[in-house]
Amino acid sequence: MSEPVIKCEAVYKIFGENAKKMLQDSNGNVDAKTFQENGCIVGVNNASFEVSKGEMLVVMGLSGSGKSTLLRCISRLTDATGGKIFIEGQDLLQLNNKELIELRRNKMGMVFQSFALLPHKTVVENIAFPLQIKGIKTEDSISKAMDMVKLVGLDGRENYFPRELSGGQQQRVGIARSLAVEPDIWFLDEPFSALDPLIRKEMQDEFLRLQDKLQKTIMFITHDFDEALKLADRIAIMKDGIIEQLDTPANIVLNPATEYVRKFTEEVPREKVLLIEDVMDPSTTDNLGDLKVLKDEIIENVAEKILTQEKSVAVIDNNNKIVGSINPTKIINTVFGGRKNNN
Amino acid sequence: MELIKKYPKLFQWLFLLIVFFALCFAIDVPETYKFIRGQAEFVKDPNQSSFVFLGKEVRYYAFDVFWRLPPLLGWLPIWINDSLFFLMNEWMPIEFWNEDTQEFRTRPLVLQISRNLTAFMTFLIELIREILLGGLETIVAFTSWDWIDKNPWAELPGLPWTIVAAGSAILAYKLSGKGLALFAGLVMVYISIFGQWKPSMQTLSFILVAAPLSFIFGLGLGIAAFKSKRVEKALYPILLVMQTMPQYAVLVPALVLFGVGDHAAVIITMVVAVPPMILLTILGLRAIPPEVIEAGRMSGCNNWQLMFKVLIPTARRDILIGVNQVIMVCFSMAVISAFIGAKGLGFNLLLALNQLNIGLALEAGLCISLIAILLDKMSLAWANKQTDYFGNLTFYQRNKNILFFVATVIIGILLAYVGTFLFKGSYNYLFEVPHNKGISTADFWNKGVDWIFDTFFVYIKAFNTWLIQDVLQPMRALYLRMPAVATLVLVVGAGYLIGGIRSALVVCGLTLFIALSPWWDRALVTAYMATFGVIVSCIIGFTVGTLCFQNKHSASFMLGVCDIFQTFPSFVYLIPVMMLFGITDTSVLIAVIVYATIPATRYTIEGLRSVPVGLHDAATMSGVNKFQRLTKIEFPLAFPHMMLGLNQTIVFALFMVIIGAFIGTEDLGQYILKALSDKKGAGIGFTLGICVAFIGLIFDNLIRTWVEKRKKHLGIN
Repeated sequence: MSEPVIKCEAVYKIFGENAKKMLQDSNGNVDAKTFQENGCIVGVNNASFEVSKGEMLVVMGLSGSGKSTLLRCISRLTDATGGKIFIEGQDLLQLNNKELIELRRNKMGMVFQSFALLPHKTVVENIAFPLQIKGIKTEDSISKAMDMVKLVGLDGRENYFPRELSGGQQQRVGIARSLAVEPDIWFLDEPFSALDPLIRKEMQDEFLRLQDKLQKTIMFITHDFDEALKLADRIAIMKDGIIEQLDTPANIVLNPATEYVRKFTEEVPREKVLLIEDVMDPSTTDNLGDLKVLKDEIIENVAEKILTQEKSVAVIDNNNKIVGSINPTKIINTVFGGRKNNN
Repeated sequence: MELIKKYPKLFQWLFLLIVFFALCFAIDVPETYKFIRGQAEFVKDPNQSSFVFLGKEVRYYAFDVFWRLPPLLGWLPIWINDSLFFLMNEWMPIEFWNEDTQEFRTRPLVLQISRNLTAFMTFLIELIREILLGGLETIVAFTSWDWIDKNPWAELPGLPWTIVAAGSAILAYKLSGKGLALFAGLVMVYISIFGQWKPSMQTLSFILVAAPLSFIFGLGLGIAAFKSKRVEKALYPILLVMQTMPQYAVLVPALVLFGVGDHAAVIITMVVAVPPMILLTILGLRAIPPEVIEAGRMSGCNNWQLMFKVLIPTARRDILIGVNQVIMVCFSMAVISAFIGAKGLGFNLLLALNQLNIGLALEAGLCISLIAILLDKMSLAWANKQTDYFGNLTFYQRNKNILFFVATVIIGILLAYVGTFLFKGSYNYLFEVPHNKGISTADFWNKGVDWIFDTFFVYIKAFNTWLIQDVLQPMRALYLRMPAVATLVLVVGAGYLIGGIRSALVVCGLTLFIALSPWWDRALVTAYMATFGVIVSCIIGFTVGTLCFQNKHSASFMLGVCDIFQTFPSFVYLIPVMMLFGITDTSVLIAVIVYATIPATRYTIEGLRSVPVGLHDAATMSGVNKFQRLTKIEFPLAFPHMMLGLNQTIVFALFMVIIGAFIGTEDLGQYILKALSDKKGAGIGFTLGICVAFIGLIFDNLIRTWVEKRKKHLGIN
């Protein structure tokens, strides 16, 4: 695989006056409690991970877990206290102000929880703002912004002011603005948290549609575990600044690494998250019924069909080759009994 | 014992009061005590002691140190004076090229700066004044007197009043709508018909120079303070003192630095008007959600773009509210700076008051109040106006206001031209109504005043005598009876009980400054007048506020009334009270009470309004009646905010007490007024101003600390 787009090596963010010195003294062994006694607050504690091109990493955690701080370290809205961050191989912390601005103008886009639109500019002006900041002529930037307006489905409202839009519409503007410069890396900081549940679902679907089309490298912050499961390629679960587990949704549900993670997964309906592949028996490939299911199907979608069978069902891959089997009882176990079995 | 444990605070306060009174009784009035203690002048009196500090001799009447502290700071005013003099006349002589004499001249740097600044300000004021009223100074500034003699056509004719009136109506229409446009037009027509055009335009030109300059400086410094903690820390104490500094006091040093005239008035107005602008700029920039700033950064803004494309437009409303504040301060200064020779309505007002011509004073006061209300409403409308989208409008729609204005200019000029034929031989009323040719109501008012005096003289006199003899004199005597040490103990003790050791130290420092200055006695008189005013104002304000709060409409009506009263320049309040009570302490106190009641009422209503709706509902569901809800829910929760109102009331009262010196009081204000006409008054005036500011700050510190604690305790922010 080629070089990761985002790469973090032992990133720390500690707030407080002599944070730097304390971090050096601690030798990378940061204990939140002792730091707090000395007037320092640990935001991010030893975060190391990579995000590859076109991947969507969702960082999940409750408020105060340091997820937003981590994002701000990677976008360098705050400077990390320790560690290294590489954006496409460039050492982010070594960039001077000018290079940083250049990077943000061309490579990065960010969406905010409270939308953060400029109240004195219209929808289209808001979207054109990053382009104009770059120095693109007004007409060109406006016409480019109009394309973005269409992309997020706000045509006809381009001359409205943010105050005249609903929350969902405002966030569409925020999304369009962050995409206007065609960034490679897309940061989303709890973009849908301020929205109603119904609108939130609509926006999630819209977001998946966009990502399908654009294939950006994404870091997505949320406190909503269901949202993380729905969107993520991989999920990082944070607590007290530490990444507790970083894995695919299925693995997190099946093998929670810590007690904390397990608590989140307990209530998750497995059949909605797991794929056939995750629960199939790859060793048995004979004595199967006529029904065949794709290994990439989500269990929920095919459960009904499988449960009508008496024999085990063949699982095939995209090339129609049998790669394993699944017994109806396994489905029942997964849906109803799975949680207990894992204990 | 149990009681003490139950109410520890109460007993601490009781103990403090007992100590205070014990000290008061223990320290006797010395026989040699005279009302004025420190002189800081060279009055040779064998009873006086003297000391020399920094080469300045201070003479004073010595007493027991417990009774009155010696005026150890007596050298300060003299030293300020001498330093100013040295700065102006001796420090850093530099050679300057003189245009007129075509040779180099040696001049001290500060003097030269002051002269240049003066010339610049004078030019600005003259420019605007001549656009409004006509004249030739501006043209001369670019050419020469000889040139203007040869080309008399180049003299600026000034705008006919019809154009100014229509122009302000159009501007008001653009900012707010028909209502304000009508008001603007009526105000201008009124001013013109009643013959106040010239002084009004002089005042307006003064404000049109002072306000934008204050805005620019305030915005700049506000941005600097927002960006740098160090600048903020440096500015903070100045801002704090300027908030409570009486405007009179700043006039005096300006007199020394810039002389007499409109330019000095503008500069001094800037000194007073910039601090609120700074505060509101900082406030506005701080209130921007951090995510908007981050959005700007992530869009790739550099610092400059971030400030001017993201931060300032986002904080637009707060910044424009700052403009509104600046304009209000400018109006108040427009009157006060008449003392140092600013022309316009303020000067007429002052003159009329001096001659006890209440009618003329009323006319000028009404005009300046009307213009103040108009500009207040216009600037507020500007602040609250939201930008509209213009992209898809036609040329006519986009520029219709400008087109209208151009049309009125043409019509106005034509009218004025027609006027030259209509009013042949007399004044052209369609161009400008001269001062003495307008309708004057002065006689009517004067007769009214006479009538009031003739009819009610007995009652007013009786009331006056009663108030002065039975209330004011005893209260004054009580205040003067307080020994310095006892007062210090009381104030510092209160500071300690309210805000701990830190507050106690701050308050102690502020009080000591006043106690060690030569004017402790005078400060006590100021304090007594302010106290009386504050007590009455609070009783009225809290009652009226509570009553008005009972009904939604009356509450907003009352707030509107407060708004309008607050826009009146403070001096205007003196007119009606002088009309009724003549030149007595009663007049001053009534002006103080009226003026200081405004914030008391306003904060009461706002405080009661800010009680959360949820609590109201909860109380209603627990079955409280109206009275219970008021006493158990609304008052306790609104009390911190009402205390902030008390804070404002104190500041307002102090301001008015000092201004009241114009009528004649015996307090600090009187000395400030004296300093204005004294060649060596700068140091005294400034030190006195600081004394008054410190009185305000003592209460400000105590009240704010208490309110913050209380709010934290109640969990409201």
